[in-house]
Amino acid sequence: MQKISVVRIFMTLALILTSLNLVAKDAENVEKEGKDGLKTEIKEFIDHHLLDSHDFTLFSDKETGKHFGFPLPVILWDGGLKVFSSSKFHHGETVAEVDGEYYKLYHSKIYKTDAEGTIEYDDEHHAINAKPLDFSITKNVVSIFLIGLLMFFMFRGLAKSYKKNNGIPTGAGRFLEPLVLFVRDEIAIPNIGENKYRRYMSFLLTVFFFIWFLNLLGMTPLAVNVTGNIAVTFALALITFLITNFTANKNYWGHIFWMPGVPTFMKIVLAPIELLGVFIKPFSLMIRLYANMTAGHVVLMSIVGLMFIFKSWIGSPLSFGLAFALSILELLVAALQAYIFTMLAALYFGMANEEAHH
Amino acid sequence: MDKLINDFSFGLFFWQILLFVGLLLLLRKFAWKPILDSVNNREEGIKNALESAEAARKEMQNLQADNERILNEARAERDGMLKEARQLKENMISEAKAEAQTEADKIVAQAQATIENEKKAAIADLKSQVAGLSVDIAEKVVRQELADKDKQLALVESMLGDVTLN
Repeated sequence: MQKISVVRIFMTLALILTSLNLVAKDAENVEKEGKDGLKTEIKEFIDHHLLDSHDFTLFSDKETGKHFGFPLPVILWDGGLKVFSSSKFHHGETVAEVDGEYYKLYHSKIYKTDAEGTIEYDDEHHAINAKPLDFSITKNVVSIFLIGLLMFFMFRGLAKSYKKNNGIPTGAGRFLEPLVLFVRDEIAIPNIGENKYRRYMSFLLTVFFFIWFLNLLGMTPLAVNVTGNIAVTFALALITFLITNFTANKNYWGHIFWMPGVPTFMKIVLAPIELLGVFIKPFSLMIRLYANMTAGHVVLMSIVGLMFIFKSWIGSPLSFGLAFALSILELLVAALQAYIFTMLAALYFGMANEEAHH
Repeated sequence: MDKLINDFSFGLFFWQILLFVGLLLLLRKFAWKPILDSVNNREEGIKNALESAEAARKEMQNLQADNERILNEARAERDGMLKEARQLKENMISEAKAEAQTEADKIVAQAQATIENEKKAAIADLKSQVAGLSVDIAEKVVRQELADKDKQLALVESMLGDVTLN
């Protein structure tokens, strides 16, 4: 009974608000121009958010041009090591002068420039200024470091609690242990096998919690998009690739270069395909994680942006509800992507260790 | 794809590799190894405990079976002993009975033999007395009869008559 009455109240409210909205429609036409501006602003904001950043901006005020956050160290290699604070860039508004060289932050990238900060473009409006090697401690690097620190203390705590409490975890360990066991019993052992899973456990556990925690960090209002950055996923995929191929046994290479059980002609045809597969597997890992996390961020932020575009009593709560539902979905995706990455990595390790059974 | 390559930040890649591998090595030494070892130990311990509990249960069962067997044996032994004793008793009784019987039979037989002998002796004695008496009587009768001559002749006559009749 109560539920129905609540729904009824909502519907009545919605009706009232719609009529109000119709009245406001004329005024909206005037605002149309401003709305287009808002749309580009939101798009730029999302684009900017997806990228790495040289300073840790918590939020910024567009009207006063003020940014709240803290600068991060910039480390450049440009004929010598150059270290300075990212506050020198003033969020890309000014040129930073270091040891007689001029640098400018443009679309989250550092370009070498002159004293006036001229940026030259090619036909497709891409900057063609020289780029120094950038080893800056960016927002993503800080996030990775913090998550690493968090993981270290969490799992160090779990490891210590075993010793203290006679083999039974205490506190947060009670939550973490089933997850560790999940990785072992549901991911490592079924895919790699009882005998050989042990030497891969460190990597699988680290990568699982690393991706999961960073995905979750991306769901916080800080919204750092680490796992949706191609450099990060590339690094993870590369490590997976190296581990797979350096621990592979004879049987694995035999299946790639000289597939047993097929005619010789097919062996020759299959070899390049199988060899390609060796690279495609980690490549798919890289793209999957990157695309899923980036897409999640884009959709979520677009729906949040919709609230500001609608600016109505129906549209905004609706997009809020949608954003809320999507956030819950993204929480699932955060865990799911970590699971899939770990699971596939384990699968590849298992393939590399398969014994001949023909 | 172009955008992907354009967005690729070598610096971030460098830091990611460095931090991740560092984290991996640190966690392996300080977290994963002790955690997995502890979990394995615990699981091993649980398995062992279960196994030893099972073994103890079996031991208990064996012990109980043993007890039962020993008890049964003791019972059987007791029964055997009782039976033997009963047998012995019966044997003794029947032996005694048989002995007594033969003894009694012997005594009776002796008594009968004695009686028979006595009887025979008595009869013999009686016979000899009757014979003596008869001889005496016959002597007296004959003496009396033979005193008269006629009578002697008559007797001979009658006796001869009897002989012819035969």
